[in-house]
Parts: sequence; C-alpha cells; structure tokens
Amino acid sequence: MPLASRHLLGLEGMSKNDIQLILDTATSFREVLERPIKKVPTLQGKTIVNLFFESSTRTRTSFELAERRLSADVVNFSAESSSVRKGETLKDTARNIEMMKIDMVVMRHAAAGAAHFLSNVIGANIINAGDGAHEHPTQALLDMYTIREKFGKLEGLNVCIIGDIAHSRVALSNIYGLKTMGVTVSVCGPKTLIPKEIERLGVDVFYRVEDAIKVVDVLNVLRIQLERQNRPYFPSLREYRQYFGITRERLDKAERPITILHPGPVNRDVELSADVADSEHSLILQQVLNGVAVRMAVLYLLGTGK
Amino acid sequence: MRILLKNARVIDPSYGKDSIVDLLIVDGVIEKLGSNISAPKDIETYDLTSNIVAPGFIDMHVHLREPGFEYKETIESGCLAAAAGGFTAVGCMPNTNPPIDDAGIVRSIIERSKNVIGGIVDVYPIAAVTKGREGKELAPMMELAEAGAVGFTDDGAPVEHAEMMRRALEYASMMNKPVIQHAEEVSLTRGGVMNEGFVSTTLGMPPMPPVAEDLIVARDIHLVEYTKAQYHVAHISTAGAVELVRAAKFRGLPVTCEVTPHHFVLTDEAVRSFDTNTKMNPPLRSNDDVDAMKEGLRDGTIDVIATDHAPHSFDDKEVEFAYAPFGIVGLETAVGLAMTELVETKILSIINLIEKFSVNPRKILHLPAIRIEKGEKANLTILDPSLDWTVDTRQFKSKSKNSPFDGRRLRGKAVGIINNGVAYFSK
Ligand SMILES: [Zn+2]
Repeated sequence: MPLASRHLLGLEGMSKNDIQLILDTATSFREVLERPIKKVPTLQGKTIVNLFFESSTRTRTSFELAERRLSADVVNFSAESSSVRKGETLKDTARNIEMMKIDMVVMRHAAAGAAHFLSNVIGANIINAGDGAHEHPTQALLDMYTIREKFGKLEGLNVCIIGDIAHSRVALSNIYGLKTMGVTVSVCGPKTLIPKEIERLGVDVFYRVEDAIKVVDVLNVLRIQLERQNRPYFPSLREYRQYFGITRERLDKAERPITILHPGPVNRDVELSADVADSEHSLILQQVLNGVAVRMAVLYLLGTGK
Repeated sequence: MRILLKNARVIDPSYGKDSIVDLLIVDGVIEKLGSNISAPKDIETYDLTSNIVAPGFIDMHVHLREPGFEYKETIESGCLAAAAGGFTAVGCMPNTNPPIDDAGIVRSIIERSKNVIGGIVDVYPIAAVTKGREGKELAPMMELAEAGAVGFTDDGAPVEHAEMMRRALEYASMMNKPVIQHAEEVSLTRGGVMNEGFVSTTLGMPPMPPVAEDLIVARDIHLVEYTKAQYHVAHISTAGAVELVRAAKFRGLPVTCEVTPHHFVLTDEAVRSFDTNTKMNPPLRSNDDVDAMKEGLRDGTIDVIATDHAPHSFDDKEVEFAYAPFGIVGLETAVGLAMTELVETKILSIINLIEKFSVNPRKILHLPAIRIEKGEKANLTILDPSLDWTVDTRQFKSKSKNSPFDGRRLRGKAVGIINNGVAYFSK
C-alpha cells in the first residue's frame, strides 16, 4: 500500500498506517546506513530540488545526504538572500521548477501553509521541511522513530514537549503524529509561549517542569530564542534556564530515567544543561542519524509511489 | 427617461409602506405611484411581480482604490460593481495613494463617478482623519467636509492614539460628521495574519487576538461618552465589541456599527484551506463571534451591513498566506449573502434588511432620506427575493475577483437599481 498522499505536507490527518509504514521503511534504510557502501539505486534518474527560503544547514544536509544515498540527482536552491519580495520568489521559483522537470521538491519556508501553496501550483511531489510555525513532519517522524527504537513501541508512552510551543513547527508535528500513534502528549513552557486552546488537540499543559517530569518517559526539548521580534514573552534567558531549563538536578528528582530529545541545535546551558545533553539518556545524536534514514524512507515512498 | 415598474412590492420603512403597486418614473422622479397605472406610449415597462422595490442601498465601506491602485479597482469598475450588486451609493475609503486627505481629491472622486453609467452610483468620499493617514496631525476636516466628505476614518489602519481620537471626535462633531474607526489595538496584532484561537494554533499562524478589537472599541466609547461626538465602528467582528456597542447604545450614546457579510457568514475554520481569500482584517472569527453578529443584527445593535469591499489583483493574492494582502471584494455578493443567510433564515425580516442596507447607513452619514412617494426622486434598489443563483467571480464587474464565495449557491439578489434618472438592470 502506498502512502495516501503524494506529498508530505504535515502529519495532521496522516493515518497510523502511513506513519507506521514510514517508520518501518526507515528501519530498513537504517540498516543500509550501517553498510560499508551506503548507497542504493532506488531513485536513480529522479531529480530533487532542495528549496530553502530559510537557512537550516542541519535539515538541508540531512535531506541532501538522504537523497544522494538513494542515488537521486540533487539541486540545492537557497533563496534566503534573495532581495525580491518573498511571495513572488516562491511563485516564480515554482514556475521555473515546472520547466526544469523536477520530480520532487523539499522546501523550508518561513510562512505557514507555503508547502500547501506549492503543492497547488506545481506537479512535483512536495516534502515540507518546515513551514513557519506550522509543521515539520520529517522532524517529528525522526523523533518518533528514535523513541520507538529506544522503547520498542510508541503506544502507551508519555511524551512532553517543552519550550517555545507557540512558534514551533516541531511541536505541532510531534503532537499530531504522537497522538495518532497512541502516545500521551503534553506541552510545557511559560504561558506566554503556549498557544491558545492547545488543550483541544488533546494535550496536557504544564507550566512547571517539575510537574511534567513526574509523568513523562520522554522530554522533547525545544530550542529557545530570547529575541523573538523583541516581544515580551519571558524576562531573560537566565530566568528561563532557572525555571524551564532541563538540568541533571531536575531529572534526578524523577522516579524513572527520562529520555531526552532535542531537534537541535542545542543552546547548551539554556534549555538543556551540557551534562544532560551529553548523558546516556540523551538521544540527540541518534536523532541525527535516524533523520537520514527517515528522510530516505519518505523520499523512497513518495518518489516510487510504493 | 420614462420607466414603468408594474406589480412591484414597494417597501419603504421610513413611512411603513409595504404594498404591491405600479411606479411611473419620469426623468428620475416618481411621477405616479398606484395600482393599474396604464403604460403611456414608448415607455420601458418592467413586470416586477414577486420583486421588491426598496429605497436605494448604500455600501458605506468600499475601497475604490483610485487614485493609486488602479490595477485593483477604479472608480469606474467599482461603481459598475456597486450597480451590479444593487447599490445606488457607496462610501469610499481614504487609503488611496495619495490618500483622501485633501479637498481636491474629494472633489475629483465625486466628479469622476458622475461619468459612470450617467452617474447612477453616488460616491460619497469618507476622508482621512489624519494627514497621510499617519496618525500625527489632523487632516483639514472642515475643508474636506465642505468638498463633500461625509465622514472621517483612517481605515486600513486605526486611529491609534487616544488624544488624536478625542480631538478628531470633537472636531468632526462641529460638522456633524461621524468618525469611523477601524478598531484594532495594533500592539496586540503585530505580525498577525488570522484570528487567534484553536484554528490559528493548529495552523501555526501568527495570531490577531479578538481582544485587540474590543480594547479600541471600549476606549473609543469612553471618549464618546466624554465628548458626546458621533462614532461608528467599521466592520465589527467580535462578540466583545458587539456587547460594548450594545451597552453604549443602552446608555444613549451616539455609537453605531456595521458588519460585513463575511463576518456573519464565515468563521476562521475557512482559513484551513490556506485560501488567501479568507485573509482579511479584521480576520474571520470564531463561531461564537458569528453568532454574536447575527444576534447583534437581530436586536438592532448592529445598524448597518457594509462590505469592506477590498479589491486585490490575482497576483497580489496568489502568494503564501502570510504575504497576501488583507481583504476581499464584497459589492456583488453582499445582498445575496444577506438575503440567504439572514432573511431566508428569519434572523432579519426583509424590512430590517432594507433598514441595514439603506435607511440606517444614510442616517449615520446624514444623507438625505429616500422616500418612495409621488414627487420624490427615484433612488431605488430592486430585489428578487426568490432568485436562486451561483456566485461566479468571472462575471464580476469589479476588476478584482478575490472572493471566498465563488461557486456559492445563494437565494435572493439585487437585480436592478434606479438613481439620478438612470436605470440599470443586471438580471
Ligand atoms: Zn478597516
């Protein structure tokens, strides 16, 4: 059974079967990555463009690696420095892509809904690599893959996403995906960074890290930025670290070991203390490795229609 | 011009008239009104059986875009759209380029409108409150009023500062003109693209909280109480603001408000499509807000239905949601939407509807009252309340087609207007 959609725009509405299929497919690609020759001919002859309107070296590199390991032809298009008005750029770029007969587009864009927009104007398969604060589906898939790898399952686990939920595409995609897979999900952060009515997505909300730590198996720690258009979301990084930072001391109070995820790059000793980031409970490096496998799985499933 | 309208249901709320009669209009004046008027020779006769003849409708919130944005709309295309939508008059907003903050621009807009279908649509400029709509200095309001401006607003943006608003209210009240506010506390909506709520959360869209509207309406009502000046809330959209206006009216303050069809028909759920024709300011709100609009219309808190007709070209709107300009066209769908969503559903009677499209806005702008009586000037809108039709934006007379209602089935339509000695039928 192929995936229900020919695009990966988000995890909202994606079925359990489809998520399962991607994660299972990623498992076999994970094995490929352990081989001496890490390349398979699956997408030979396909052309993929990585269209990044926002810089994200990590995500772009991960996609590019996944594409090359599947033997696809890769074109990188970075438009962050473009001086033209952003809307025109995307529309004009889309037209150019049509002319160049590109098979798949991986796009990172600052505006929510940009991937939907692109999927409406061109025929290629679209993979959303992050649209504003909306979705970042491959990040959530690799987070789920990493959790499943560690615990052998997803259903019945308890995951808390902590940090700037309001401006995070990672949080939303994780919520949609994890809920579908039967995980109990909560969010934690200063009230100013928790978007309105998020409880209606079926998540618990914590304003104190201590309360979250009591119940969770996994903490997915988001990167925090103080300078959000100079708006008064919280007083200082110092205060954030003091009350929301994940430290060894806080984790030691939990009754069971808590697994730590972080989409990177980590602000060491802000949202996550260095000793926690480097501890045996941190899966941050596995996430990077699994990211390539998960992206190979998505590219394979969409690119071959299998 | 000699026109005979046969068997029309004539409704004139100004003197409680509601009866089926014939109307003979000669040179723009109602010469006869009665049953069985026989047709003199060479006269255009229209059988209006089952149609309604009402005092001419006005849309007091229209962006005609000229001067400055003629690729979106012109005075000509905007007036044609108004005529097609059943409006014999429009109030046009000052956020043109240059803005309507100069008497010369007021006069030229009025002048230019007189060339469109023989001047069938009266264009009433609503001038800027502040020079350049920049919120820093008052525009020459007396001069603007003398040139023909019927009210003042910085619409497109609010009058942000309390002192500016206070002085604008006081100054405009000398000329007996309303100040019309686009109520938005911009420090709360900065960067926002849609209503704040569950939908914005699930779409990850930068939000515009409804309290931003409530705050400015509340502040302004306090200023009205203090100055006793006339104040009108443009495109009201939140339950909170409707409640504030209701309370102000209860206290007898000269406060009125208007609602757009999209704010009583659509909710922010429509944004899930990422269709940029669901992006407007104020944004589409929640279901509770839509209910409050209907209740406000029903109980009379909301005086007027106005469209906030905001034409944008296809290219302007064919972009990512965040980068699209706010606004949709409304002139050619307003009457149909109101008849379908308010009259068919019995929220408003047809008489209420006529009040909100004609009687009330004319009162607010202090325009001469229309009376459908012998010897009076014929300023009429003709409605077919049982006409089923489908919105087709390609048929719009407006230069712009940015409507979320394309393809929508409606019941009831304005099928013609008569004004200034000219008739226009669109059926
Ligand atoms: Zn406005």
